[in-house]
Amino acid sequence: MPSLIKHPKDFWTGVIFLIVGLSAILIGLDYNMGTAGRMGPAYFPSVLGGLLTLIGAIAVARSLRHQGDAIEKFHIKELAIVLGAVMLFGGLIRGAGLVPAAVVLIVVSAYASPRFKWYEALLLGVVMAGFAYLVFIKLLGLPLAAFGPWLQF
Amino acid sequence: MEIISNLTLGLETAFTLTNLFYCLVGVFVGTAVGVLPGLGPVATIAMLLPATFGLPPISSLIMLSGIYYGAQYGGSTTAILVNLPGESSSVVTAIDGYQMARNGQAGKALATAALGSFFAGTVATILLALFAPPLAELALKFGPAEYFSLMVLGLVASVVLASGSLLHAIGMVLVGLLLGLVGTDVTSGTPRYTFDLPELADGINFVIVAMGIYGIGEIVRNLEQDQTRNLLAKKVSGLMLSKDDFKRIFAPVVRGTVLGSALGMLPGGGAMLASFAAYSIEKKVSKNAAQFGKGAIEGVAAPEAANNAGAQTSFIPMLTLGIPSNPVMALMIGAMIIQGIQPGPAVMTEQPALFWGLIVSMWIGNFFLVVLNLPLIGLWVKMIMVPYHRLYPVILMFCAIGVFSLNSSSFDIYLMALFGLLGYIFAKLNCEPAPLLLGFIIGPMMEEYLRRALILSKSDPLVFIQRPISAVMLALAVLALIAVLSPNLKKKREEAFKED
Repeated sequence: MPSLIKHPKDFWTGVIFLIVGLSAILIGLDYNMGTAGRMGPAYFPSVLGGLLTLIGAIAVARSLRHQGDAIEKFHIKELAIVLGAVMLFGGLIRGAGLVPAAVVLIVVSAYASPRFKWYEALLLGVVMAGFAYLVFIKLLGLPLAAFGPWLQF
Repeated sequence: MEIISNLTLGLETAFTLTNLFYCLVGVFVGTAVGVLPGLGPVATIAMLLPATFGLPPISSLIMLSGIYYGAQYGGSTTAILVNLPGESSSVVTAIDGYQMARNGQAGKALATAALGSFFAGTVATILLALFAPPLAELALKFGPAEYFSLMVLGLVASVVLASGSLLHAIGMVLVGLLLGLVGTDVTSGTPRYTFDLPELADGINFVIVAMGIYGIGEIVRNLEQDQTRNLLAKKVSGLMLSKDDFKRIFAPVVRGTVLGSALGMLPGGGAMLASFAAYSIEKKVSKNAAQFGKGAIEGVAAPEAANNAGAQTSFIPMLTLGIPSNPVMALMIGAMIIQGIQPGPAVMTEQPALFWGLIVSMWIGNFFLVVLNLPLIGLWVKMIMVPYHRLYPVILMFCAIGVFSLNSSSFDIYLMALFGLLGYIFAKLNCEPAPLLLGFIIGPMMEEYLRRALILSKSDPLVFIQRPISAVMLALAVLALIAVLSPNLKKKREEAFKED
């Protein structure tokens, strides 16, 4: 679409703002608007949503007129690995406990780097999981299990 | 003299063994994150917040603020030795600092940065002690209308002072305000924008937003560039400044301090803007202007003084008005709320020991930084050399554990990942995240004050311009917007964020 959208950064920012602004207004329709003197829960967010929609529209309109740089490449692989590793931690922490969750988080996320080496990541994971166990469970006394119910037989 | 008795109270509070210890921990951790490129004070404070729940309020605040101004010191070390800004506020220090290091003057540059920062920190502490009480007194007279207008002014200022596109910054503030409203509406009890998820009923915790955007989003950004670190000098020597050097840095340090102190107080200001502005001014007024970019000692002295002064005076609006001027202050407000302290002008009268103890601790912290950091330079150099591929998985682990410990909820971790994704996308689109975080913190307060103001005025919207203080603040906000939209100033604003 190089012919129409001249400023892709403005365009997509505008689209995001439009989506957020319009959803704020639409979802807000379910809530009570109230009056300016007695504002209901919908009042303030609807005003904000309206302003954001306006800003978004301006950004989109501007992107069709002004020239701008292309958006840098998205590094999907790195992004997916890092976010995936964090989500895995979230899924494991309750059932498997802090130590396995931390090891998995570190090893998986380390894979995103081009300098990844298996043994190095594993060593880092084990050492840091041990450190986290000492700091967060022993020292700070957080209510976390080092090894959770999934690993107890 | 009231100030003497106040400072005495502060000294008594800050000089307990516990508080000295947390001050030391704070500045040490702060220097460490400052030294490490890719880890900033926002993510660090967010990570450590859950660990401070159990501390007494004053110790927790002393430590967290130490991290912020400590990071300003640490950032300069990396800038000078490896030409990578350890912090965004030391980007300009790298220009001349690194050149000095290449000329074999690394020690001199480091000493200049440290002494300049110390001077600025001392002055900023005094300013804080002088200006905070009258400002808090004024703020005690504020009603909801004044607070609302003040928040409008604050948000406008943060937009005006944000780097990058003005339109994007306004949008980011609005997105932040809206995100802040997620959760149960206090007045009506209606759950808003919760998508029927019970986890969202209490709203989104700001720690999750900060860690997602500043922690995770940043990590993915950093992974894109494979940074190589060329350390210039393994051993740093020649830390002493000559009499001639002192003469050269004195005026730049003073100018940097004044400018930094002023900019730090503005919403959206703080350390980064202060250092950029100080460098460009110094380049214009210095007698050695020709040397700038080739290792001018003035080019290190001024921005380093400015960023430290700015970091410290940014506490003034936070402590007196309860309004954050940058993301770090937003986190500090969060820390106070967690400790059961409602930030605002009442803090000074109701918790004088906390207020003055914190101020005095900043001076002590600055002293620690000078005394400890130059001798510890070897340790920081080792830390700079820790490769990023071993560092970021550990940062991720601390973020994840920190977020989980908030509510023992896995949902929060998924939410943090989502904000990491958002942070990454926004970075790609040149949308600065700071206005979003400010809006996020201010959103619920702003709505509350708006409602109260209009109830008190019996729905008369003119209340905002009938009350003089409120009217002045709104007028300033409008003026700031007009000024920044005028083509002339727009160009200057863009120039201010360029490096040279």
